Amino acid sequence: MSDITDTGPVIAADGTPLKRSLARALRRQKIRALMLIAPLLLFVLLTFIMPIGDMLFRSVENNIVMDTLPKTVVALQDWDPDSGEPPSEAVYAALAADLKVAVEAKRHTRLGTRLNYELTGISSLFRKSGRQIKKWDLAQDAPFKAKFIDMNDGWAKIAVWRTIKTYSPKYTNGYFLNSIDMQKGTDGAEARPENQQIYITLFKRTMFMSMVITISCIILAYPVAWILANLPARTSNMLMILVLLPFWTSLLVRTSAWKVMLQQQGVINETLVWLGLVADDARLVMINNQFGTIVAMTHILLPFMILPMYSVMQTIQPTYLRAAKSLGATNWTAFWRVYFPQSIPGIGAGSILVFILSIGYYITPELVGGTKGVFISNRIAFHISSSLNWGLAAALGAILLAVVLVLYWAYDKIVGIDNVKLG
Amino acid sequence: MALTPVENQTPGFVAATAAASGAFFGLFVGTSQGSGLMGVLVGAAIMAALGFALTSMLDKEKPFRWVLIAAFAVAGFFLGGLPAAVLGGLFGWFAGWFIFWLGTSRYRAHLAPYLTSGQVLWHYTFRVICGAVFTFLITPILVVMPLSFNAQDFFTFTPEMLRFDPAGYSLKHYQDFFSNQDWQNALWNSIRIAPMATVISVTFGTLAAIGLSQPHVPFRRAIMAILISPMIVPLIISAAGMYFFYSRIGLQGTYMGVVLAHAVLGIPFVIITVTATLVGFDRSLTRAAANMGAGPVTTFFRVQMPLILPGVVSGGLFAFITSFDEVVVVLFVGSAGQKTLPWQMFIGLREQISPTILAVATILVGISVLLLATLELLRRRSERLRGMSPG
Repeated sequence: MSDITDTGPVIAADGTPLKRSLARALRRQKIRALMLIAPLLLFVLLTFIMPIGDMLFRSVENNIVMDTLPKTVVALQDWDPDSGEPPSEAVYAALAADLKVAVEAKRHTRLGTRLNYELTGISSLFRKSGRQIKKWDLAQDAPFKAKFIDMNDGWAKIAVWRTIKTYSPKYTNGYFLNSIDMQKGTDGAEARPENQQIYITLFKRTMFMSMVITISCIILAYPVAWILANLPARTSNMLMILVLLPFWTSLLVRTSAWKVMLQQQGVINETLVWLGLVADDARLVMINNQFGTIVAMTHILLPFMILPMYSVMQTIQPTYLRAAKSLGATNWTAFWRVYFPQSIPGIGAGSILVFILSIGYYITPELVGGTKGVFISNRIAFHISSSLNWGLAAALGAILLAVVLVLYWAYDKIVGIDNVKLG
Repeated sequence: MALTPVENQTPGFVAATAAASGAFFGLFVGTSQGSGLMGVLVGAAIMAALGFALTSMLDKEKPFRWVLIAAFAVAGFFLGGLPAAVLGGLFGWFAGWFIFWLGTSRYRAHLAPYLTSGQVLWHYTFRVICGAVFTFLITPILVVMPLSFNAQDFFTFTPEMLRFDPAGYSLKHYQDFFSNQDWQNALWNSIRIAPMATVISVTFGTLAAIGLSQPHVPFRRAIMAILISPMIVPLIISAAGMYFFYSRIGLQGTYMGVVLAHAVLGIPFVIITVTATLVGFDRSLTRAAANMGAGPVTTFFRVQMPLILPGVVSGGLFAFITSFDEVVVVLFVGSAGQKTLPWQMFIGLREQISPTILAVATILVGISVLLLATLELLRRRSERLRGMSPG
């Protein structure tokens, strides 16, 4: 032992210092782990994260004005909307040149559609003008100001020019302002007129209904989770099937089942009429309103509440309750002071899960919600497939995503993503 | 096993409790016959009399219960025909069971002896509440099944069906499903898309799960958060993003686009189930294999894979059902050529309501039952392999 000096580094078998050798082994292990994860990470980034990023980008992107009317945008920089006068001849000349190119490429209608989201009427202005401008000769037909105003007096309106100027930058917060019921006015953001305000109401309704659904899920799930956790394993496994079967059944099957149950000629109404509890001409309206959405979604999301609650309640020792009672606690005190606090993690996990799932729901509100029971997601879908205002859809989606990510973060803090259990 | 020694109850107690239940059910019979109040009174009176009379004859339980079933079924038949007879028979069964259950104090035998009567009452009230929630969970699924055999094009029970008239039932909606070109195309599209998506998510997911369960993984939390995110981000947002992005790169409206979208949606499920299986995996087994000269590939296929296979298969089933049930993303990313079964159902529910949907729903419920049974078997096998439960 005396041969070994205690000043030099410890040496591994191959002569390198042990510390470095261990660090290398650790690094190799880390690289191997990352190599195994890399293909999937790349796949998820490409097929999922990038689309989401693209959507976020779309919510602020506004290249179309700049790309279609490059010269006009430059010429408009000197024009002051507050002067009350239409722009000078130079702007109209630039517009004529830009539109000539745009009409050739058939891009002017798309610009019209885009600007029409901000000021109704611009779409037809561009479409009508496009037909005329085709016949113009840029070199000989100058000056253009009178010609434009003569062709369509929309070109003399300050509002039209202000809209073009306001939306000429490459990026805009206009979509986001629109999705919180505001618009770009003469001096900064301003509220939209009362009759055009819909999104704040819709966000509030989405939040409120998700909250109602979460609360009703808690109320219904708590006793069921408790009984599943406290019955003998054989019985509780049997009863578990009643929870897991709806969980595994297709969403559309359950939604169509609720449609069958709730409609005016549906099973519930027929039964009530047969029992004489409801008159035949006074059948309950339970579908195509908020009630229908809440009932159907509570049913659909209930298993997501029961399962986390059940797995938490399984770990609570029944002896604690008995100990509390033997120390003189009443039933209620024993439950409220001893059992309930221990079951809170289950309630928290289930609630966040149900809330996250419900604020983004689309199918069920669409099918049983009518007009009063729809969520913000239905509006997003409408803007993607019907009104084609993709920027607004993206902005609404970005706001919804932000809410969900905050909740996801909270879920990770409270429960941990690693602890998500299925079935 | 009885916890508490019990004696037969007094006729008064049985009669009073039975009367309460009789009043409750009598209310419904009464309202359907015109007068709720009369129903309550008559129901309470009948049950009280039965409770009182039967308490003195507790030793002849079996014959009396049969008598009750028959009597109430006949009474039901005279009040409202065959459907009411069935309900009456069920009520007769309940009445017999309830009276003898009370009379012989069977309800008390399995509860701890120190419970007060209030606690006993709460115990059973609580069970009734739980039963109501279970009923709420399962009824919608049970209701669609008989309705799918409806001979009419209605979404509700016809009088013929309630009379159990064979003419009220038919298989025509099933026939429609198997012969209608729209439904068949949708079925085939689903069958073509779901397995491909499952294969992709299981392959990538299993590899990544093995990587994630190594002891030293840098940025583990962040990576996990990214990989789980497809499950958390609302489907409509995923659908919108994929629609915008896939149209840019030409994948929108193609088979490949839908498969990739579904694969990424299934990945969180594979990651969760496989990492859960790997938690119980004994890492010294792979070291032992390496020690005996097996390369990493051999070790994986001969040692690790067989042990984690149940987890991988159940992850795959989750991924499969995710793709098979998915409708939001396919609505946006797919085109008419990729119309899947849920998409066709969605159209059917929104536009032309046809009971063929109920036939499809019944078939899908059958598939879910099969999947559930498979998963349960796999879970048991996995626990046995990992030595977590005996047998």
